[in-house]
Amino acid sequence: MSSGPPPFQRFLDTHRDAVWRFLVSSVGASEAEDCFQETFIAALRAYPRLRADSNLRAWVLTIAHRKSLDAHRARARRALPVEDVAALDGRGATSPPAPDAALWSAVEELPARQRSAVMLRYVADLPHRDIAAAIGCSEEAARRSLHEGLLKLRKVVSA
Amino acid sequence: MSARTKGQTRSAEDRDTTLEDALRRGAPAEHVGHDRRAALASGGAAAAASTRAAAAAQRVSARIAAEGLADVTYAPVDSPFGALLLAVTGRGLVRLAFPEEDVDSVLERLARRISPRIVEASAPLEPLRRELDEYFSGRRRSFELPLDWTLIGPFGRRVLRVTSEIPYGGVLSYAEVAADAGSPRGSRAAGNALGSNPIPIVIPCHRVLRTGGALGGYGGGLERKQYLLELEGAL
Repeated sequence: MSSGPPPFQRFLDTHRDAVWRFLVSSVGASEAEDCFQETFIAALRAYPRLRADSNLRAWVLTIAHRKSLDAHRARARRALPVEDVAALDGRGATSPPAPDAALWSAVEELPARQRSAVMLRYVADLPHRDIAAAIGCSEEAARRSLHEGLLKLRKVVSA
Repeated sequence: MSARTKGQTRSAEDRDTTLEDALRRGAPAEHVGHDRRAALASGGAAAAASTRAAAAAQRVSARIAAEGLADVTYAPVDSPFGALLLAVTGRGLVRLAFPEEDVDSVLERLARRISPRIVEASAPLEPLRRELDEYFSGRRRSFELPLDWTLIGPFGRRVLRVTSEIPYGGVLSYAEVAADAGSPRGSRAAGNALGSNPIPIVIPCHRVLRTGGALGGYGGGLERKQYLLELEGAL
């Protein structure tokens, strides 16, 4: 009889932290809000078709992952010339860089699939199987993307 | 020589742990696009992120309700009995729960019976909150907002329709309600239907008493039944 998912509000309250952290890390705080709204509104539309035993966490992070790709594509389309980026960047400005700043810049520059794999693994804490499903590749390919992404980030951190 | 190699190995491992820990902490909230300046102190960062997530979730619920994307919207509403939970659909008020009812099971039941597209948002409940305020302060004698009868079965519907026509300040006996509802099973069956009224107060099952005037029963407790009847000047 009770074959449907839990009340949407409870689903939202349960997964909001994971989705928010994933999006802030993947697209930055200024775009996280829009992506967050888009993610949960898309989830709401499909929601009644879900089964009670669906993996809701992996499902909503898959949607968030797609929204983050959309945001990155949109950002690439309106990318600024290099001088302007440097000016916005605050490099040489008065406040010192945060300890993790270099790392998060490097995350942003990873190829989309590697970035998603790293974010889904470490920020969202998903197992490899769910990461593969979210990205839409084999588990083996997901492991490889994760590994390659980590290698690049390690260079930045140890530099 | 071997000591040094060992030392280097450990420091490489430390670096990996540092990297993974930094990733697990997530980007600081102040990491805005190309602005890579100050991060929150790491102690408060998780709590701050959680607060931001909660606020963002609240905005999502409000937007879902405002755009009419939810099938059920609910919110707590203050009353002399404590916080009542009110739930509305596109048709009208579908559920009013007393404070001691378990919110999760009320919502679970709404999800199963109506739709799991349920969000908490107060704006759609605002007109109803106003009517209830007026009622509890004695300035309102009948409710105008429409009701959604979905949760009420065919027999309950007959009983509760009769009940909904009992005027403010008036009372009927269980036997009278049963007779008016054409209940073949008599006043006990009518009493059961009244006891499972999903919209108490607004469908005024408190106006049904025992023959002779004893209070009888009430889903929300007899004290509340008495309070409502006194408020309406029926006792």
